[in-house]
Amino acid sequence: MAAVEKTTKQPQNKHVSAPWNDPKAEPYIRIENVTKKFGEFVAVNNVSLNIYRGELFSLLGGSGCGKTTLLRMLAGFEVPTAGKIYIDGVDMAGIPPYDRPTNMMFQSYALFPHMTVEQNVSFGLKQDKYPDSEIKQRVAHMLEMVQLMPFAKRKPHQLSGGQRQRVALARSLVKQPKLLLLDEPLGALDKKLREATQFELMNIQDRLGITFIVVTHDQEEAMTLSTRIGVMNEGQIVQTGTPQEIYEYPQSKFVADFIGSVNLFEGQIIEDEQDHVLIRSDEAGGDIYIDHGISSAPGARAWVAIRPEKIRLTKQDLNEPHNCLSGVVKGIAYMGNLSIYLVQLDSGKQIKVTMPNQVRAAEFMIDWDDRVTITWHANSPVALLS
Amino acid sequence: MAATDIVRASRLPASGWLESLLSRLGISGRTLVIAIPFLWLLLYFFLPFLIVLKVSLAFIAIAQPPYTHYDAAGNFVLNIGDSYGRLVKDALYIKAYLNSLMVAAISTLLCLFIGYPFAYGMARCHRSVRNILLMLVILPFWTSFLIRVYAWIGLLKNNGLINEFLMWLGLIDSPIGMMNTNFAVYLGIVYSYLPFMILPLYANLEKMDMSLIEAATDLGCKPLKAFFLITVPLSFPGIVAGSMLVFIPAVGEYVIPELLGGPSSLMIGRILWGEFFSNRDWPTASAVAIAILLALVVPLMFYQKYQDKEMAKES
Repeated sequence: MAAVEKTTKQPQNKHVSAPWNDPKAEPYIRIENVTKKFGEFVAVNNVSLNIYRGELFSLLGGSGCGKTTLLRMLAGFEVPTAGKIYIDGVDMAGIPPYDRPTNMMFQSYALFPHMTVEQNVSFGLKQDKYPDSEIKQRVAHMLEMVQLMPFAKRKPHQLSGGQRQRVALARSLVKQPKLLLLDEPLGALDKKLREATQFELMNIQDRLGITFIVVTHDQEEAMTLSTRIGVMNEGQIVQTGTPQEIYEYPQSKFVADFIGSVNLFEGQIIEDEQDHVLIRSDEAGGDIYIDHGISSAPGARAWVAIRPEKIRLTKQDLNEPHNCLSGVVKGIAYMGNLSIYLVQLDSGKQIKVTMPNQVRAAEFMIDWDDRVTITWHANSPVALLS
Repeated sequence: MAATDIVRASRLPASGWLESLLSRLGISGRTLVIAIPFLWLLLYFFLPFLIVLKVSLAFIAIAQPPYTHYDAAGNFVLNIGDSYGRLVKDALYIKAYLNSLMVAAISTLLCLFIGYPFAYGMARCHRSVRNILLMLVILPFWTSFLIRVYAWIGLLKNNGLINEFLMWLGLIDSPIGMMNTNFAVYLGIVYSYLPFMILPLYANLEKMDMSLIEAATDLGCKPLKAFFLITVPLSFPGIVAGSMLVFIPAVGEYVIPELLGGPSSLMIGRILWGEFFSNRDWPTASAVAIAILLALVVPLMFYQKYQDKEMAKES
């Protein structure tokens, strides 16, 4: 995909440059051809991945895609059936969890119920036999950071979900691991708290410079948190990239469909040049012109993915040769900041269009059963071969 | 739909004659349900207890039943001195009590040390194997307790299975005296009560969150240390429950020391039996029984208090 290289992406965390684009950069965590089988079931299938120092890398996928198994192999709870894992240049084979430079924040938080918040946080430091004064100081520092100082003497069952989550985070950070593994860190929180915690996580990661690997099934979470995302499906990583790359340039139907919502049109490539590709789609009922080329044989089957927010909806008749389809509005969902329109194209295919409600009465301008023309910029869609 | 139907159906019988009767008597269904076990305990536990208490305060008499509440002058007297006085004055009883407590305590510890790894192993087994193991733990209950203790005689006696086998192997020349020793008593008690230790421990360990152990090892704790820092403290309710279930019946145990023990295995259960059947001293036998009860009520109350605390913690 030439287009991906052409566009320079700004990672969300501005302090981190883009070492993954630098061929000379030494990866901090190297996962090489790792496979994990449980009996006959292949949970992780030949995954290779390079993660760089200071990254906040998300493993994103549905349940059973192998993301948690991969995380557990990094922590040392599972042993890879094949392949190698290196952390900071050290081969992790045969190194038990308690000797690894990693810490994990568990999905269930796994707080020790018989210990106070303070005892939970200091547990890891005590195992490493730090002097008492240092343990005290580091625990206090950590509790201050997650704003749990007043709760230091409480037991986990006396805390709210959000507070427990912060204890778990403090406990996994206090040892300043080389690599922090987070298993669905925000899964159990309600939406408001999630958003607040997301930014808190990014902040902490930024301040401590620890490399994070986050497992999540929530694409929104992955998008806002990560420097890069690895999308997983059926034990394999299907695409790796920055949130923008993943969203704007998905490389397969699976990724396009999994991240955000998308309209897919099946079609046939009729022109494939350096600077454009033309796809004839009966499903869309017209030709689709995309202003970047893909390398494929003409006549090949392809899919065009276009995001709902990149489509413009108008009542005017535009009559352009391509990227212009007409249909009837079959449904409108008013969301406040935007509205979602369901448009039935003349080809019979139903598509989704979102438009911001810039004007207060915008939702009344286009109404149910109105005939509309939909159009988009040649830059907006992505052509997919699989 | 279906659920409400069931609810309605379950209410049907109560809306009939029973409900009208109860409401006329001013009794709600809830009171009735609670009243049944209360009545049961009242009839079959509290009343007999009162009778035993009454007998313990009587004089021995050559009569049927062999006690009386009237002194020589024909006055009704609560006689504390004869029965309870004997318990305090005669060193035999105190020795028997202390010995019973010691035997029960040591047996409980032995059960704990054998039962804990057992329960732990079971709880960590694959689910399908787990149920089979659980069945095997319960299986001995299908044979009469008495027969199982008798069977040990066949194993332990001088010309029993174990001695014969060891002699056949040539490991020993003459039989080891195992029968009628304290060793046999401990063996019998541990053997008989081990399931009562294993079951509550298993129930506790089985529901333990394995991610806690993983979290401990992840934080740099070696597995054995994690076991003592995490698993053992968290299984404390199971340890307490199992220990109570072994300790309490073991204190009053009669059959095992009688069948397997020797003259030196003096336990309070045997004393009680002797007083009652051999000496026909019902008041003293009753006093011994009351004293056992008191000795056991104290640890039970501790247990109850502990459980209440645990319950409060969970809610």
